Amino acid sequence: MSDAAAPRDHWRKPPFIANPALRWGLLLAVAAYFAWVIGTLPVDWNRVSEGLSRAGRIFGGAFPPSFERSGLLIDGFLESLKIAILATFGGVLLSIPIAFMAARNIVPLPVFWLGRGIIIVARSFHPVIVAIIFVKAVGFGPLAGVLTLIIYSIGFVAKMLAERIEEIDWGQVEAMRAAGAPYLSTLVYAIFPQILPRQVGLTIYQLDSNLRASAVVGIVGAGGIGSTLANAFGRYDYDFALAITMVIVGVILVSEAVSGQIRKRL
Amino acid sequence: MSLQDTLRDPAPATPGMAHLRDDWSRFSPRQKMQRWVVMLLCALAIAWSISSIEVIWAWVWDAPQQMGDLFGRMYPPDASNLAAILRVLLDTVNIATVATAIAVVVSLPVALLAAQNTTPNRATLWLGRFILVSSRSINTIIWALLFVAIFGPGAVAGIVAIMFRSIGFVGKLLGEAIEEIDKRPVEALEATGATRFKVILYAIVPQVMPTFWAVAILRWDINLRESTVLGLVGAGGIGIILQGAIDTFRWPEVATILLAIVALVILGEIVSAWLRRRIL
Amino acid sequence: MLKITDLVKRYGSGEPVLKNLDLTVEGETVVSVIGSSGAGKSTLLRCINRLVEPTSGSIVLNGAELTKLRGRELRMARRRIGMVFQSFNLVDRLTVMENVMSGRLGYLSTWAAVSRRYPKEDIRRAFELMERVGIAHYADNRADGLSGGERQRVGVVRALMQQPEILLADEPTASLDPKTSEQIMQLLRDLAGELKLPVLINIHNVTEAKQYTDRIVGMRYGRIIFDDAPAALTEDAMEAIYSGSPAADRAGAGLKEAS
Repeated sequence: MSDAAAPRDHWRKPPFIANPALRWGLLLAVAAYFAWVIGTLPVDWNRVSEGLSRAGRIFGGAFPPSFERSGLLIDGFLESLKIAILATFGGVLLSIPIAFMAARNIVPLPVFWLGRGIIIVARSFHPVIVAIIFVKAVGFGPLAGVLTLIIYSIGFVAKMLAERIEEIDWGQVEAMRAAGAPYLSTLVYAIFPQILPRQVGLTIYQLDSNLRASAVVGIVGAGGIGSTLANAFGRYDYDFALAITMVIVGVILVSEAVSGQIRKRL
Repeated sequence: MSLQDTLRDPAPATPGMAHLRDDWSRFSPRQKMQRWVVMLLCALAIAWSISSIEVIWAWVWDAPQQMGDLFGRMYPPDASNLAAILRVLLDTVNIATVATAIAVVVSLPVALLAAQNTTPNRATLWLGRFILVSSRSINTIIWALLFVAIFGPGAVAGIVAIMFRSIGFVGKLLGEAIEEIDKRPVEALEATGATRFKVILYAIVPQVMPTFWAVAILRWDINLRESTVLGLVGAGGIGIILQGAIDTFRWPEVATILLAIVALVILGEIVSAWLRRRIL
Repeated sequence: MLKITDLVKRYGSGEPVLKNLDLTVEGETVVSVIGSSGAGKSTLLRCINRLVEPTSGSIVLNGAELTKLRGRELRMARRRIGMVFQSFNLVDRLTVMENVMSGRLGYLSTWAAVSRRYPKEDIRRAFELMERVGIAHYADNRADGLSGGERQRVGVVRALMQQPEILLADEPTASLDPKTSEQIMQLLRDLAGELKLPVLINIHNVTEAKQYTDRIVGMRYGRIIFDDAPAALTEDAMEAIYSGSPAADRAGAGLKEAS
């Protein structure tokens, strides 16, 4: 507190980290890190200027977008849709037992760790990596796409569902047990009704996600519109590639809006 | 026959109150029928997909064996190339971190443009929304394809690709946070005669800072995963040697790389959980 | 001197919230505006600094017409009008000093605002005012850590940092407990005297209005129906201002008062 004789005319905002050594050290470390990473990036400016003219050619070749082969485009999309539907169906179906395995309040600890392990592995890998492995194992085409997105769906749906199961009202389960209900009936009557609304919402969300993802995994050969796009890009049909990209963006926006609307009404 | 109807539909009047009912069902007949219709539609969609999808069914039945075969070839993992793997793993982290850092800085002004209460006018509002939508709707891999064509193969293309995708994600969440702020301090500062910029700086920015950090950390976590695949289209990171190992059928090394990726992702989740606790 | 002439405010096409209202505030008087919810008190105050855009009429502060100003001129005019709010309207995540300094934003350079390096005389004034209202030791605390009465003191200091020519207070005590509320009213009254500042206070509590202000303006249905010394506020006058249900008044006014 200042005395009246010497009015205070100095003020500094208290720093986020009070210890000055730590504060400056951290700041310096962060600055050094970014300087090092950005400084050691191999940027070949000749290559970039060349690249810019190539980008110019790509864009020049892309305009106007060509919808001439719209048959191919529609086929690609229908295939993506089929992949998304089957993967959602399979993924959600498999997610239910895995989610129960990964809910700590339902199963013994070893089973819990197995369930959590499956979810962690499924979530760790980007769908594109999973797709490459499936493409190697089962060959090019939509089958690899479906299998990939099943794994992708498990990673998300099973995780969310397991969290929901862990939050359920335990009183209802006890009531069933008190009435002498066997394990399976307890599941069906006391737990399923509590998780069903969440499950329906998750399924719709996942269908939307899978449709998006199927456009990407196709690039590495797992079928759908992504394959069509990769082929167009590889054949330097940039105008067709742009048309495909535009349609992908449009479909994603529509499917996001539709799935959002449905989930809002649930 | 929409879902809304199902929800709005009141239970029909009980027919014949005279006799005691000995039947009960959870749903009214109409609700029941709607449920059946929805289920039938789902079944039809699945049936349509199964019947018309172009797969060779023999391969489907063969798939489990093929997968088993593949994993058999991966075992035991070969760690002889571990030093190189760890080096590209570090590259992967660097790509994700630098791209996230640049993206969150760039997304702040974009979010201000795309939020109704901070955008200068309708044109800028649509500009902001256009940037967000185009950034968000195009996947990182597609961005990477484009930037590899411009910058050539390497981490630069990867960083720019991840940055372009992240701007939309961060900007959208940030824009929503800006639209949901407490408007009363804004009113108070407008009443002091402060310019628009200073009002944003003092009344809006402090309110969205927690969201800003939370979204930045979340996106960093996502970007770690995304940057593991950039290499598949030549945009740097661990994906390059993964692709190389797969193309040359060095499956034991592939196993090591996959394990490294799992470790990276788990480590990333631990770090981001720690950061979240520290900063928020 | 604040002179309001023939002020009308209408939201959309409904019944006007303010109906041809005239009001003059001179010198360093503390004026309270009373009336039930929906009478238009808050709208009246917000028309003065143009947080609400008046439909027609004139508002003149010390010779300058306020209703026609735009952009930079409006900001210059707002600097001269301090405002205190019912819910304090502080920025919770900033320190008390930053909240207080936000009252100087109309004067500060952009760089000073961004870097938080404020001019010495502003800091001195801030400490003096905070000392005066008893919150100087909170300068480095975050605003959300303070109690209601302390937060309102920050709000008052923020308004005074503008070196205003008039102070508007929109139900400054409505969110406070009775004891704190009296302290804040006493503070406003004292500061008006010390700083030679006219103060216009919207208030629900008639007892406080009588005790702490020099003049009471009673509003109903967007009109001033009483304007006199506190002593003249008789039971009949009160009845005229407050009779009937507030809800009916709101319905009659056609609109909910912004608070």
